[in-house]
Amino acid sequence: MLRLMLALVAMLPTQFAAKAAPAFSLNEIAPGIYAHRGETSLMTRENFGDIANLGAIVGEDAVAVIDTGGSLIEGRAFLAALREKTQKPIRYVINTHAHPDHTFGNGAFVETGATFVGHKNLPRALAARGPHYLSAFRAQMGDALDGVTIVPPTVTVDETLTLDLGHREIVLQAWRTAHSECDLTILDPKSGVLFSGDLLFLQHVPVVDGSLLGFLEVADRLAAIRATQVVAGHGPIPAPWPKALDDERAYLMRLTADLRAAIKKGEGVAAAAKTAGTEEREKWRLFDDYNARNATAGFAELEWEGP
Amino acid sequence: MNKAPLCAAGALFAFIATAALAQTAPDPWPGLVTDIFQSRPIAAADGVIDLDAPARAEDAAIVPMTMRFSDPTQIKLATLVIDQNPMPMAAAFTLGEKSGVGFIETRVRVNSYSNVHAVAETSDGRLRADAKFVKASGGCSAPAVKDQDEAIANIGKMKYREFKSADPAKREAQIMIRHPNASGMQMDPVSRAYLPAHFIDQVEVFQGDAPIFKMEGGISLSEDPAFRFSYAPNGAKTIRVEAHDNKGGVYKGEWPIGEAS
Repeated sequence: MLRLMLALVAMLPTQFAAKAAPAFSLNEIAPGIYAHRGETSLMTRENFGDIANLGAIVGEDAVAVIDTGGSLIEGRAFLAALREKTQKPIRYVINTHAHPDHTFGNGAFVETGATFVGHKNLPRALAARGPHYLSAFRAQMGDALDGVTIVPPTVTVDETLTLDLGHREIVLQAWRTAHSECDLTILDPKSGVLFSGDLLFLQHVPVVDGSLLGFLEVADRLAAIRATQVVAGHGPIPAPWPKALDDERAYLMRLTADLRAAIKKGEGVAAAAKTAGTEEREKWRLFDDYNARNATAGFAELEWEGP
Repeated sequence: MNKAPLCAAGALFAFIATAALAQTAPDPWPGLVTDIFQSRPIAAADGVIDLDAPARAEDAAIVPMTMRFSDPTQIKLATLVIDQNPMPMAAAFTLGEKSGVGFIETRVRVNSYSNVHAVAETSDGRLRADAKFVKASGGCSAPAVKDQDEAIANIGKMKYREFKSADPAKREAQIMIRHPNASGMQMDPVSRAYLPAHFIDQVEVFQGDAPIFKMEGGISLSEDPAFRFSYAPNGAKTIRVEAHDNKGGVYKGEWPIGEAS
């Protein structure tokens, strides 16, 4: 760990050097399966964007990395920590979707020669949103954003794709628009570990940036995946599968029911966004950062239901 | 009306590069007054027009904005401007002469911290403005289309809704039009070319043959543009809508007006 911390300090802009560098934890949660727990927080200069869970799957021949973190700094810390666990080549970097906390560290892995893999809609989503993310997060993260580049995948997944890491075949599955329009899950059948990306939130209130109804449907379909443990996009790792889905489904159902009732009553979107889903507030962290946003987008979606 | 701001696509890229500086950049409003309002003097709202905007954009792609008019007979044109957006002129509503429109609510994209102006042109030709400051949304919210395949698959579908009106002399309704209303900013991953903008640029709403309003707008309107409004009924049996987009798409809808409630 000391080596890692020193390496990290050396990479930081000088104004950070005096601060204690963050310790980057990477734990083996099953044989050959590593996971990193991000903070349940917004991306800031202080946390280097380290808010999402990340992972790595090690086969006999090669490694697949799952998401890269919220900054180049975090991506490099992840790579350094991974190199302490294994020297096998990193053959794939898989992004579970386009959001900055999962993709801003991609640049750290370019020099490993890994192939970047994502949902068929991921290139389009990164192209449409990348420039906005880079400018919007500069205000939140300041120089912790330095060096971040948008690295799109060169291999994309239409439905499912199996990747062989050497006596370890992992299964990537692309989903319809749910949390976002480019959600991908990764299953390691050997260990029974599922990496859900942001199709599963634990403790961190779910974020709907694609389709509320799609998210509900996919959450139901996810439950059929034959896994025993899950690494969620956010929250404690690992968690029992499929029980870990329960809270998220309850939240999405409550929000949907409240929005439908508000639409039926003729409420406007601004009023509905203030109240829908708020019974769930005490169950979640960052509720006030995201619930009104989920409600706003959900209202605009559900308004099209019915005649 | 001067459409120059709508056509300033070349400025989009410059905007993105400098967006991080938006909070300290010079106020764009004086330049917008020149571009959109030909440098005409703009007086305080003085109750003639009132803008209801959220303090913070929750979802950058869907930010509700409501313009209210204390005396609809005075209002000829009401323009909504998102100062810091790549195309600031979001929508300009020309009100029908006897339409009695008391308010118009729509949804816009807000890219970054921005003032939002609602400018009324009154029947004497003078301009009055109300303004609100809107904080940008946080997190991974982007002013982008949620599901591009879905948006294109459903393009042009319309929905009409009626509501109980608080004012017994008025009716209240909403028009919704499926459309990506996309900026065209994104690069096509195959051709590496920037996709052209594709957005609703005009919506006309009538009761019978009498215009309620005509909207001219651009990419600052949210995908699936929606307009909720009140109007003074003239006894017509139907609400009729004709919308156009910048690629020549024409979308029409007509619905019976329900019993007054």
